[in-house]
Amino acid sequence: MVALILSSPDMADDLSRYLRPREGGGRQFEIAVKGAHCANCLAKIEAGVKGIAGVGDARLNLSSGKLTVSWSGDSVSPHAILRRVRDLGYDAQPFEAEAVLDAGAREGRLLLRCLAVSGFATVFIMGLTDSIWYSSDMTAVTRRLFFWLAGAVAIPATLYAGQPFFRSAWAVLAKGRTNMDVPISLALLLSLGLSVYQSASGAAHTYFDAASMLTFLLLIGRYLDFRLRDRAQGAARHLLALQSLLARRFRPDGALETVSARDLAPGDHVLVASGERVPVDGVIEEGDSDIDVSLVTGESLPHRAGRGARLEAGSVIIGPAVTLRVTARVENSLVADLARLLESGQQTRSLYVSLADRAARAYVPFVTILSALVWLGWTLSGAAAATAITNAIAVLIITCPCALGLAVPAVQIAATGRLFRRGVFVKSGNALERLAEADTAIFDKTGTLTLGAPVLANKADIPPGTLERAARLARASHHPLARALAVAAGDGPAAREVQEVAGAGLECRNDAVERLGSAVFVGATGGHGSELWFRSGAAPPVRFAFQDQIRSETRATLAAMAARGIAIEMLTGDRQDAAAELARDAGIAVWSADVTPQAKAARLMQLNAAGHKTLMVGDGINDAAALALAHVAIAPGSAADVSQLAADIVLRGGGLDGVVEALDVARKARRLAVQNFIVAALYNVAAIPLAALGLVTPLIAAAAMAGSSLLVTLNALRLTIGTGR
Amino acid sequence: MNGIALIIAAALAFGLCALAVLLWALSSGQYDDPDGDAARILLDDPEAR
Repeated sequence: MVALILSSPDMADDLSRYLRPREGGGRQFEIAVKGAHCANCLAKIEAGVKGIAGVGDARLNLSSGKLTVSWSGDSVSPHAILRRVRDLGYDAQPFEAEAVLDAGAREGRLLLRCLAVSGFATVFIMGLTDSIWYSSDMTAVTRRLFFWLAGAVAIPATLYAGQPFFRSAWAVLAKGRTNMDVPISLALLLSLGLSVYQSASGAAHTYFDAASMLTFLLLIGRYLDFRLRDRAQGAARHLLALQSLLARRFRPDGALETVSARDLAPGDHVLVASGERVPVDGVIEEGDSDIDVSLVTGESLPHRAGRGARLEAGSVIIGPAVTLRVTARVENSLVADLARLLESGQQTRSLYVSLADRAARAYVPFVTILSALVWLGWTLSGAAAATAITNAIAVLIITCPCALGLAVPAVQIAATGRLFRRGVFVKSGNALERLAEADTAIFDKTGTLTLGAPVLANKADIPPGTLERAARLARASHHPLARALAVAAGDGPAAREVQEVAGAGLECRNDAVERLGSAVFVGATGGHGSELWFRSGAAPPVRFAFQDQIRSETRATLAAMAARGIAIEMLTGDRQDAAAELARDAGIAVWSADVTPQAKAARLMQLNAAGHKTLMVGDGINDAAALALAHVAIAPGSAADVSQLAADIVLRGGGLDGVVEALDVARKARRLAVQNFIVAALYNVAAIPLAALGLVTPLIAAAAMAGSSLLVTLNALRLTIGTGR
Repeated sequence: MNGIALIIAAALAFGLCALAVLLWALSSGQYDDPDGDAARILLDDPEAR
């Protein structure tokens, strides 16, 4: 499907509610810009906006896609800014003021700050403890001084930098559950306490270095994990900002005013111009136009609608403008229904227990019981209370899941990084884990397996010169068939003074009357399928036939997935004959046509209930519910906003090329994550007997921690090998 | 012994300085847009006016 231009506000619109006062006087305006990815886009947009008279500064944040424009006084119109960005070829919508509050950025800063503090503490304390480990002639007084110095840095640093773990551990403990952060917090706090005791009693070792190093290594894993989640949520926030649609409402006196679609109430009258998307469900009050519902129902041909016809939110007006009487609020419109479905789908998905959490559930009771047993063993064998406690704590410290904390994030970062370079955008961390489990793939037809746009099929039969003459008319229209004709003819001039007759075609009266449109409109006998007729004056009419075409990569993709043991099925809202032809062409054995969005969702639920792990690939609004219900969902980058929101993985290019790559990387990532768990577990298993017997020195603890973390990270990096870059 | 005290104090001071600079950079937003910063280095400086 073609990406839609959202309704563009007029000069008369009131955008002042999006403006915010700037620090030090003046105004600030924030815009969500879609489609900027490179240095060129950045320079073009910033220079373009700064070129508007009066604008003080424009800065585009490429990571979040937010353009901040500021100026002093009231000299600048926000419309001029929006228009300038759109003229440059980017989708732009004002940011809702409340959406700007950015909890994610704050969390990232806190993690980085913790990382900095614990990194500093680790290096400083290592300098102190290394000299204790390697010098043979240090006096007890000096050693004790070094321990207290290390403690003076380690205790505040660990208490500060350990916040993310303490908070998360406390949150799950309060709910009566456990996660990885519980043994981590326990190990951190106990090692600090034990080390204070050891420093005071003049022992030969303390664990201050272990506490700060543990914090540092674990925070690296935590930060990688955060970056991954933040990027995913950023995409979602962006889409939500883009969905804050504007609408043009008639005031009682007949004048037009621009309001947020959210403020529309049933009974309001709104104007929807050619090329715009219908903001809420409504009934046509005035006007007669062609409606493209392909994103709502999956039907590939536009249909004609006149007074009294119901329009659903998300349809696109491709003929003349219409006046709409609103029948439902935004939150009750079809698109919002889908958004709610999508939310509930995501809630069921959040019940999915990731690999790391499953490991934690087995791990936490194991280490806690183990260290209790060690304490019991030493106490029963008559050792001093201090020795028993020290060794029990040593077990907790040595088994602290340092490498486990890195095992999964490191693999996920490597995997999503590799896919990102290939134009595959993974929105959530465990999406790849779920993709690796998929055994049944359900494909949508229009726009997913096919290009989703009609292509001129009988170019060879058309008399020379006719194509170009017809294209002059076609270039003046938004109609999908006219666009396809213009594409087939290439660039060229557009005819002037073209009249668009809704449901019929285009007419231009110059030397001769030229008409482009339906068979009846030009006075010919119609054939079947998608067609346009062209007639110039009294010359015989010429037929242009169009067909939706299968994507060039569809057959290869389906074959590759079948070879990987995945069952393939096609569900489409299109007609039987169109579906049958494509199924034959692409070699799909299982398919159904004329499927409503509800039926698609029902089929997904049925498959899920039968125990299948479903992969849904689709692009239309009619696929959104099915995408949300699937075990894992992929949407092409050309998909409707709501479908991109519902999908776990978005392919940046329009095609299906990334699907097989994503599947392969996901499966490899799962193998590597399991390997990482085994490596980390082996390290711990080897170290536990030493710790239990009281033989572990802080040197061994440090070596085990750093060694296993390094090994786990290197293993994860194997994912990036062999990508050719 | 005095030498050690001096060196440790100096190491601590240097380390804290570096930490303070990093924290300042963080709070002044220098880590807010890694992608944009990577792109900006490719752009020509605006002409001096």
